[in-house]
Amino acid sequence: MARPLVLSDCGNFKVRYAEEAALFPNDVGRLALGAFLALWFLGVPFLAGPYLLTVANLTGIALIGATGLNLLTGYTGQITMSQGAFMGVGAYAAAILASRAHLPFWAVVPLAGIVAAAAGAFFGIPSLRLKGLYLAIATLAAQFMLEYAFVHWDWLTRGTSGYPVPAAWVGSWRVGGERAFFWVISVCAVLITWLGLNLMRTRVGRAFVAIRDNDRAAAAIGIPLFAYKLLAFFLSAFMAGVAGAVYAYYIGVVVPDKFTLDLSIDYLAMGIVGGLGTALGPIYGAIVITVLPEALRALSQALTGVLPNITTALNALREAVFGVVIILFLLFEPEGLADRWRVTRAYFKLWPFSY
Amino acid sequence: MTIFLQLVVTGIVVGMIYALAALGFVLIYKASRVINMAQGYFVAVGAFGALAIAQVTHIPFVLAVIASLAGSFLLGILVERLLLRPLIGEPVIAVIMVTIGLAAVLRGAILLFWGAGNFGFPQLLPEAPLSLGPLIVSPVHLGALVISLVFLAVFAVFFRSTTLGVAMRAVADDQQAAQSLGVSVRRIFAASWAIAAAVAAIAGIVVGSINGLNADALSFIGLKVFPAVILGGLDSVPGAVVGGITIGVLENLAGGYLDPLVGGGTKEVAPFVVLVLVLMLRPYGLFGTVEIERV
Repeated sequence: MARPLVLSDCGNFKVRYAEEAALFPNDVGRLALGAFLALWFLGVPFLAGPYLLTVANLTGIALIGATGLNLLTGYTGQITMSQGAFMGVGAYAAAILASRAHLPFWAVVPLAGIVAAAAGAFFGIPSLRLKGLYLAIATLAAQFMLEYAFVHWDWLTRGTSGYPVPAAWVGSWRVGGERAFFWVISVCAVLITWLGLNLMRTRVGRAFVAIRDNDRAAAAIGIPLFAYKLLAFFLSAFMAGVAGAVYAYYIGVVVPDKFTLDLSIDYLAMGIVGGLGTALGPIYGAIVITVLPEALRALSQALTGVLPNITTALNALREAVFGVVIILFLLFEPEGLADRWRVTRAYFKLWPFSY
Repeated sequence: MTIFLQLVVTGIVVGMIYALAALGFVLIYKASRVINMAQGYFVAVGAFGALAIAQVTHIPFVLAVIASLAGSFLLGILVERLLLRPLIGEPVIAVIMVTIGLAAVLRGAILLFWGAGNFGFPQLLPEAPLSLGPLIVSPVHLGALVISLVFLAVFAVFFRSTTLGVAMRAVADDQQAAQSLGVSVRRIFAASWAIAAAVAAIAGIVVGSINGLNADALSFIGLKVFPAVILGGLDSVPGAVVGGITIGVLENLAGGYLDPLVGGGTKEVAPFVVLVLVLMLRPYGLFGTVEIERV
């Protein structure tokens, strides 16, 4: 290593803007991330059982989509209620590209992302004139139109009978089973997170934040609003599409009822719970919203001795708890878990002199 | 021609129901600039509430309906007090999400107590259809039409001549001015949620007596409200009625004429296509206030 490790900064020594924008303020974060990734890729797949790997895989897919939502809703301030439908576009694009065009996995995933991104940009056109809740309603309409297309354009999507996806091959390695998908999904999730984080440090990312904070002021300082809003829709839907493509390979068959309004709402909930417009928000949000129903299922199984009917009520319970979690977060922790983490860390950093 | 008229008449009945649900939606939006994603579940809770009260207490059905309306009224007040008031001044997304959370909670409650099955109200009107010239109308539809018309008339009078109604219009017009004249804005917010929930309950009971009760079908009305209010103008009460009826007729015509051509489902999607077109061409709808942004 050419320079000594900086483990703790005892003052502000930044002399360039690039240092302010650095992802890690010192080397502790870098080392921790390296250790975490090593453990994640080399330790977890061998230590965790298939059930835990399933949950981890679903979380990884959710993280990809949630990063997209965070980009659009968190950083650019455009509320979207159609993230689930764009994920569906990506899933169908992947299924069609893989089975009709016989493209390999590594080509299908980004291409499916681009198809979803094109759909996202198309449905982002109303953002030229609409904002706030009008835009939210427009994206709600986009969700329903895409759902209609998934079900009724059966010449393309095979409707409700589902579209089977061929097995994924990376070179001569057949991706099958939870462990193989764990690596593939984790690599995709890390890449997308890396893309999302670094995007926000660029000129484009700063323009997004400017549009969120005040769109007219942003226009006044020369940011072309429409182009950047469309770009935000494009990138966000691209990430949703990648999530959908990976998901399509993962579950093996694409059916329309996976990509309903409920999924879009799940993504919004991830944004809220994790913290919109924060770097780590999507990670926390994806974990909480994916693990929550699984935890409820485990809890209800544990309680079957006491309350025999509880498993039949599981679905209802899931809905109710989901709603309560969203409401409690909005009322008591509106900045999400990312902010809670920041506050907790600051507390311990300054302890015992917390002023 | 007969088919066309038949579709229009059925569409008007359906549209009346949308109009009732949309009326409550607009009321909330007008008073407090909140869009209520849980309106559909207010519809469902009202209908299921009436069913539950009738089954448990064995009182006459009409009384059960009145009790359910009162319950919805209280639910509206409770929701405003507990969920919306702490969020005054928060960003749009927080307010939208809290109503989505509320929708999930209400949905969970309905599924918990009743499950996803179909239920029916006791039969009040005879089933034999009436013929009006070439048209065939079932008494239930006719009853629904009459009930909807009565309630729309009641609300017209309410907004025109009662103190509370005038105060609500005043708050919608200009909160500060209303406050300076002694109107309690907080009470008006609570009243708008209470009335919205009660009107939605009426819509739910009307639908329940036509099509039976199903949590998903009833709550989907809450989503059809969006095309109706956008078409009519988000902050216009007459707009909600006109928009609701238009969307009802439109989706019935689309279902009748386009479904055979494209193979089903147009009824669900046509209102949303209209919604996007209206948003692109005339975002403030037919009767809404044109918002002009000034820096």
